[in-house]
Amino acid sequence: MSRPEAHEDLPAWSLTSSEAAGIASPADWPEEVTTEWAWGEASGRGVRVCILDSGVEQGHPLVGAVDEAMAVSIGEDDEVVVEEDREGDLCGHGTACAGIVRSLAPDCSLLSVRVLGAGFTGSGPALLGGLRWAVEQEVDVVNMSLSTTKREFAGVLHELADAAYFRRTLLVASAHNMPVESYPWRFSSVISVGSHDQPDPLAFFYNPRPPVEFFARGVDVEVAWLGGSSIHCTGNSFATPHMAGICALIRSKHPELTPFQVKSVLHLTAANVRGPE
Amino acid sequence: MTDPRDLTAAVAAGALPAEEHHRRLLGSIVEVARAIFTARAASIFLLDESADELVFEAVAGEGANTLVGTRFPSSTGIAGWVLVTRQPLVIDDLSQDPRFARDVAESLGYVPRALMAVPLLHEERVLGVLEVLDRARGERFALEEMELLGLFGSQAAIALDLLQRARRAGAVLAGAPSDVAAVARLTSALDSLEGERREAGLALLEALNELLRKR
Repeated sequence: MSRPEAHEDLPAWSLTSSEAAGIASPADWPEEVTTEWAWGEASGRGVRVCILDSGVEQGHPLVGAVDEAMAVSIGEDDEVVVEEDREGDLCGHGTACAGIVRSLAPDCSLLSVRVLGAGFTGSGPALLGGLRWAVEQEVDVVNMSLSTTKREFAGVLHELADAAYFRRTLLVASAHNMPVESYPWRFSSVISVGSHDQPDPLAFFYNPRPPVEFFARGVDVEVAWLGGSSIHCTGNSFATPHMAGICALIRSKHPELTPFQVKSVLHLTAANVRGPE
Repeated sequence: MTDPRDLTAAVAAGALPAEEHHRRLLGSIVEVARAIFTARAASIFLLDESADELVFEAVAGEGANTLVGTRFPSSTGIAGWVLVTRQPLVIDDLSQDPRFARDVAESLGYVPRALMAVPLLHEERVLGVLEVLDRARGERFALEEMELLGLFGSQAAIALDLLQRARRAGAVLAGAPSDVAAVARLTSALDSLEGERREAGLALLEALNELLRKR
């Protein structure tokens, strides 16, 4: 299943009476949105999930195939270079995120964009370059277990987040659990994620006190790590791929949904909103 | 109105002992972090932006005598990930990570089992990373510990910022005209005296001042 093509024949800037019939919403939107309707039987098939991180270890037993692996570096003239990644994971974290997404959405297509390794000074431009590449590829979901505190990057990040939002790419970003101004998780066009300490990987909570919008499993999670190994980890950066995996499931079952609608589905299916099923 | 040269001397005088004080403050922070988490070791890494490297700046527990000053690349490995992504992290079963195990075993002399790391953020800058290794009773680090370490990180970041300012002031002093440096050293020496010796030092300086004013 793939997402619908852009509706080029539909009105964009205004709506005349004669055009109103052309923008009918999907007819199968149910009276009550349940997890079964949202992602029951879904496997992530047809959905492309990009892991913007430290790289991903190809062929890890908990990750499987990575369909495309790119690395972002900074060239001699400070230009951003995106090329095939030949080094894999420089930390282990990207592999961990990929494994979590794979465990929830086993049939999704995984892409890796490595933004680590360009040196500290290159890390901000690499992050922006990697995100720009992912948005241009029109991937369905981007997992961003990272953030920047540099205000000079906030404007461009905001534009990229909005571009993704309007191009139907879901940005799922780790929130900070420290009182700092950081981006892009604070932007309303992304899905921001903090941690809860329950063991259910599909359980998530809507936070009525933003800017953190959702809490997903992030404590003592068994994750894939370097050298085919697995270890236990805690942190918002592991809660984020849980949310990204759930988004992949929703996207594979309902490719017509826009980021706004997916966020509405997430709200309605959150454990503290839907009540017991 | 104060002469700008007086100000330079006053700032320089403060810079001379400040680095040592801030270094002790960082040492105290890692000692307390280690005690609170009953950990085997705790360390602060400072980002050296000009060299694009992380440097062990303060270490408590294992490695305290050998690691300070050790450098490694700023954007690889677990500390590099925390620095670049600004995200805190808790990892158990580290011995399963072959690269980490090898690298750390070489520098630390042992392979830690668990690690908790937070970025040291000061305003919009990231100054380094605070790490805590292995709880004594094998307890796992959880969400509460990570939030506590985050609070500690805020304190450590302020101390690191002060240390960097002191170093910059020290560098300015090193490049300052020798007369300013001489006065700064004298002020610093006087500042460290107490009781009768301080009184005597002040009297001596006053006499010197009188002498220099006579033409």
